[in-house]
Amino acid sequence: MENLQLLISGISQGCVYGLIALGFVLIYKATEMVNFAQGDLLMLGAFVAYTFLNIAQWPFMWGVLATLVVMALVGIVIERLLLRRMIGEPPFAALMLTIGLGFILRAFAGTVWGSEPRSLDSPLAGGVFASGDLVIGSENVAIILGTAALCLLLFLFFRFTRVGIAMQAASQNQLAAYYVGIPVKRIYSLVWAISAVIAAVAGILVAPVSLIEPQMGFFGIKAFAAAIVGGFGSLPGAIVGGLVVGISEQFAGLYLPPGFADTTAYVILLLVLFVRPEGMFSTIQRKKV
Amino acid sequence: MRFIFKTRYEQDIRLLKHGGQLFWYGLLMLALLLAPFGLDRFYLGELSFVFIYAIAGIGLMLLTGYTGLVSLGHAAFLSIGAYAHAFLLAQGWPFALSLPAATLITAGVGGVVAIPALRMVGIYLAIATLAFSIIVEQVVTHWESVTGGSRGLLVENVQLFGSPLTSPQTFYFLCLATVVIAMLVALNLLRSPLGRAMVAVRDSEIAARSVGINLARTKAVAFALSAGFTGLAGALLAHRTGYLAPEAFTLVVSIQLLLLVVVGGLGSLHGVIFGAVFVGLLPQGIALMRDALPPGIAQMPGLEPGIFGLILILFLLFEPTGLYGQWRKIRQFLDEFPLYRKAAHKRQKTYLRTERVR
Repeated sequence: MENLQLLISGISQGCVYGLIALGFVLIYKATEMVNFAQGDLLMLGAFVAYTFLNIAQWPFMWGVLATLVVMALVGIVIERLLLRRMIGEPPFAALMLTIGLGFILRAFAGTVWGSEPRSLDSPLAGGVFASGDLVIGSENVAIILGTAALCLLLFLFFRFTRVGIAMQAASQNQLAAYYVGIPVKRIYSLVWAISAVIAAVAGILVAPVSLIEPQMGFFGIKAFAAAIVGGFGSLPGAIVGGLVVGISEQFAGLYLPPGFADTTAYVILLLVLFVRPEGMFSTIQRKKV
Repeated sequence: MRFIFKTRYEQDIRLLKHGGQLFWYGLLMLALLLAPFGLDRFYLGELSFVFIYAIAGIGLMLLTGYTGLVSLGHAAFLSIGAYAHAFLLAQGWPFALSLPAATLITAGVGGVVAIPALRMVGIYLAIATLAFSIIVEQVVTHWESVTGGSRGLLVENVQLFGSPLTSPQTFYFLCLATVVIAMLVALNLLRSPLGRAMVAVRDSEIAARSVGINLARTKAVAFALSAGFTGLAGALLAHRTGYLAPEAFTLVVSIQLLLLVVVGGLGSLHGVIFGAVFVGLLPQGIALMRDALPPGIAQMPGLEPGIFGLILILFLLFEPTGLYGQWRKIRQFLDEFPLYRKAAHKRQKTYLRTERVR
């Protein structure tokens, strides 16, 4: 029973990692940039939701919707102002840029909302489902269901809409996509918007579990492990990777000495890279000389 | 404008190209040697700090600027150097043995880490080094018999030439000597076959392999050297702080070091010095600025990292060659004064650059 309990909290934690990893993967697939600020976008999304729901007292659905719109705009602005200038620069420069962006977002959140932890007024929190010894918080259920719904939406979007298919094309071959008339630059803006929205959803879902504060984005680093386990180029892989990391973290916390729980994600990450240095489902080909 | 007509290879690899350089570097050395007799204790301490940053910066520059491998985990090497040094001192080793031993230990760790890291490319390497540094942080926190865990570790005070290292003058001279030696080692390295191989690996792995460079060996040695320099800086840092705690070597420190090499100018040792001065003195600059600002903004939490991030972004967008690149542009402008062309430093734009095919 204890194991089942752990498994469920592991899945819910893993879903959050998976969502952040999804953001990494989307951006990496499309633009070959790794967004180190993804965790901070999550933090920003949570704070924006806090503003709408707690300060402005909007009804939950409208507040969430407004948050998603604001975050999509944030994503577009970031892409237009910063990342677009990085096209053609070495990948290292773009990586450093997003690290700098993370610092700025944290400083911004600290200035506007203050650095003390806050909790979000969310109807998703507080409830409990109990059956026998098993007790599941409603916030964990919300995380799992929310992630599943978001994944389904994304799948339908990439599979059936014109824009989604154009996006796939642009991420497979930027130049060829350009030649067949896909507005690659606008697609990039859209990719950033979608990533920011995913981060905001993750932020709203995770807010009842961990409090909202400017440093909360740091656990986004663990989502790298999720993205790498799933292969940096695969969307379903990101979620699977998140689940693997989340579940193993919970079990490591119970069965291994203290200290191991915090490093599990990184140990998994390094192990995967030792075995497959180019990621699990690699998109890198080696040029033969 | 000065043209040097080179007729022999020795001329090409000479460290001081002409008398002007001898004069200016000599003047700089003289000023640095005389500084302790004119400067306040506080500024002397800050200068020593800049030197320590510069040594770590040389390490990261060799790896990132010259070999093209990005490390997001150099704080780990800093902490390994610091803890190894403090531990050996506590075991009763003399300072003169413990400092090189700490450097060698860190270089060894760097070499071992490099073996799996060699096969990773670009982003994966950056993330793997990040994971490594977080694991090292955890190991330091939990390996209490050696590191003192989260209680921290006191660094023993040492006598050097009959004067305690806590004295700012002695520490200043120690750091100055170390940074000069480290700089000379790096300069010599870069004109040796190994240094040339590193640059070749950075510019094109395929071309480097084609001319017979052993990629794996070059990268591994670069990693070990880089770790060694950073470990040395860590050992000096241990003396500066006098007390080691795991929280002192976080991701933020790694990013500060990257900021140093980017702001200074990737791929130049001048850049290390510029970057070290910049990163070392920035907190003081921000502190001064706080007094001038209205209290509402000045008391802002996280102002300092925010400014760090902002500067990083501005440099990447507008001056990717860093402070040293800017300095060179100013020099050229003055050299060619009335004839300076606006497009002289126009960046060539490449539109498609992919890591997916290597």
